[in-house]
Amino acid sequence: MNYDKLLNPVIVAEKPSGIRRFFDMASTMEDCIVLGVGEPDFKTPWSIREAGITSLEKGRTFYTSNSGLIPLRKEICSYLSRRFDLDYTTDEVMVTVGGSEGIDACMRAVLAAGDEVIVPYPSYVSYGPMARLAGATVVPVNTKAENSFRLTAEELKAAITPKTKLLVLPYPSNPTGAVMRREHLEEIAQVLRGTDIFVMSDEIYAELTYGDEKHVSIASIDGMKERTILINGFSKAHAMTGWRLGYACAPKPVLAQMLKIHQFAIMSAPTTSQYAAIVALSQCDEAVEEMRSQYNLRRKLLTSELKRIGMPCYDAEGTFYVFADIRGSGLSSEEFCERLMFEKRVVVVPGTAFGDAGEGFVRISYSYSIDHIQQALRRMEEFMNGLKK
Amino acid sequence: MEKILSLIEKQPMLTPAQIAAMLDISEQEVAETIERCKKEGIIKGYRTLIDWDKVSSNHVKALIELRVTPKKGRGFEEIAQVIADMEEVEAVTLISGGYDLLVEIKAKTFQEIAMLVAKRLSPLDDVYGTKTNFVLRPYKVSGVPFVEEDKDERGLFL
Ligand SMILES: Cc1ncc(COP(=O)(O)O)c(C=O)c1O
Repeated sequence: MNYDKLLNPVIVAEKPSGIRRFFDMASTMEDCIVLGVGEPDFKTPWSIREAGITSLEKGRTFYTSNSGLIPLRKEICSYLSRRFDLDYTTDEVMVTVGGSEGIDACMRAVLAAGDEVIVPYPSYVSYGPMARLAGATVVPVNTKAENSFRLTAEELKAAITPKTKLLVLPYPSNPTGAVMRREHLEEIAQVLRGTDIFVMSDEIYAELTYGDEKHVSIASIDGMKERTILINGFSKAHAMTGWRLGYACAPKPVLAQMLKIHQFAIMSAPTTSQYAAIVALSQCDEAVEEMRSQYNLRRKLLTSELKRIGMPCYDAEGTFYVFADIRGSGLSSEEFCERLMFEKRVVVVPGTAFGDAGEGFVRISYSYSIDHIQQALRRMEEFMNGLKK
Repeated sequence: MEKILSLIEKQPMLTPAQIAAMLDISEQEVAETIERCKKEGIIKGYRTLIDWDKVSSNHVKALIELRVTPKKGRGFEEIAQVIADMEEVEAVTLISGGYDLLVEIKAKTFQEIAMLVAKRLSPLDDVYGTKTNFVLRPYKVSGVPFVEEDKDERGLFL
C-alpha cells in the first residue's frame, strides 16, 4: 500500500520534528551533558503524590464527570482568582489531559476550513499542526529579538485579514522565555477590541516569571475575557508532567463545544491526577514558590555566564529556558548544536526547531542542577573559545 | 549573607562573579562577605567528599556513643575537648537521648577502632559507658548520595 497517498494529507505533510534524529544520536553517546528537556527536574511535591496515592487506596478508580471533579474545578477558579485576578466560575472550566489537549480542543472548537490563525514564532511546536488539522491556515508572525520576542501591536495588525479567526498568544514563551507584561497586553487588546477574533492564551508557564511583577493574563484585561480561551495546567509550575493534567477556561458557549470534543475523544481526564491536583492548588503555593526561586538562581547564573562566553541572551523573564544568540559564531543553529554535541558533548536545542524565526538562536533549558549547568557552561566556553581561533 | 552561605554550602565551586549575578549584588560584596565569614569562624573550611570504599578496603569508620558524667560547672566541654584532640576522631557531637557524646572515628581496620575504644576512650575518668557502631555502608553523606543516583529519565526535548 502506498500509505503516503492513502493517509490524511494534512498530517502526512507535517514534518516529524527534524531534530528527533539528532537527539536520538545524543542518547546513544556517552558523557553527554544535556540541557535540552522541556520539563522540571523537580519531582512532584510529596503532598501531591500522597494525595494521588490516597485516592488509589480509597479505590477512586472511576471516570469523573466529563468536565472534571467539581472540587477540582472550584480550586481552579479560586486559584486563578487568587493568583491572576481572573473571574471564572466552575461551568467555565474543563479539566484536560495536559495543556496539550486544551490546545487541540480549542483549535477544533473554534476553527473551520478556510479560517486563519495567527501564530507568533518562535513558539511551541504543537500550535501549527493542530491548527492545520482543524482545517485552518497558519499565518506566522516572526517576532524579533530586539522586541524581546514579544508580539507587537503593529505585527498583529499587519497579520489580520477578514479571515482571521484566532490569535495564539504563547506567553510566557517556550522557547524564548519572553513575557508579555500588562502594557504589552494592553496594546494587543487595543487591536482586538471590537473584532470577532478569538485568543488562545497558552499560560502553562504563568507561575514561572521572574522580577517583581507577576504574570498578567490577557483574560483579565478589559473586553478580552469574552474572546479568550485560557490554557493552563500542572505540568510546569507543579512539576507534574507525567500526570497529564491541565485545564481550559472559556466563555460558556465556547466551552460547550470544546466539552463535546473532550467527551468524544477523551471522556474524562485521569482521575488519580485530578485528586492529586486538588492538593496541588490548595496546599502547594509555597512549594511552587520555592521551585520558582531555584529556577531564578539558575536563570541568573546562565544569563550572566552565557554573556561572558559570547552567547548573549536577552533577559528572558519567564519559563525555564533561555534563548541564546549564537549569530556571533557564524554557524547556523543546527550546525552549532551538532558541533557542540560532537565536539564537546553538550546538547542544546536549535532555535529552528521552533520555527524559522529561531535561526541564529539555541534554546538552553535550566531545569537542571547548578552543578550540571556549571559543567555544561565550562564545555560551552571551551567550544566558543575554539571557534574564535 | 545567609543567601551566599546557602549557595556555597552546596556549590563551593561557584565564583564570586557567579554568586553576584545570581543574587543581584556586587562581586565585591560577595568576596567581602566570604572573607568576613572566614574570619569570624562562620565558614569553617572546604573539604572534598570522597567515597573511600571505591578506592581501597582499608578505610573503616565507627560511630561511638559515650555516656559521660558531666563536670560541675564545666559540663561536657572538657571531656569533649580531650576526645576531639585525638587524631583518629573525625567528629564529636553532644547529643540528647540515651547517650551524651557521639564520636566518629576513622581508622584502617575494625581492630584498630576496637582497640582505640578499649584503650583510650573507655578508660577516661568521666566515661562510664560506650557503644560502638561500625559503619557498614554510607548511603548519603553531607547531603550527597553515595549510592548510584537515579538516572535522568527525562527524554522529551520540546
Ligand atoms: C508552551 C507549552 N504549551 C503547552 C505544553 C503542553 O504541556 P502539557 O500537555 O504537559 O500540559 C508545553 C509543553 O512543553 C509547552 O511548552
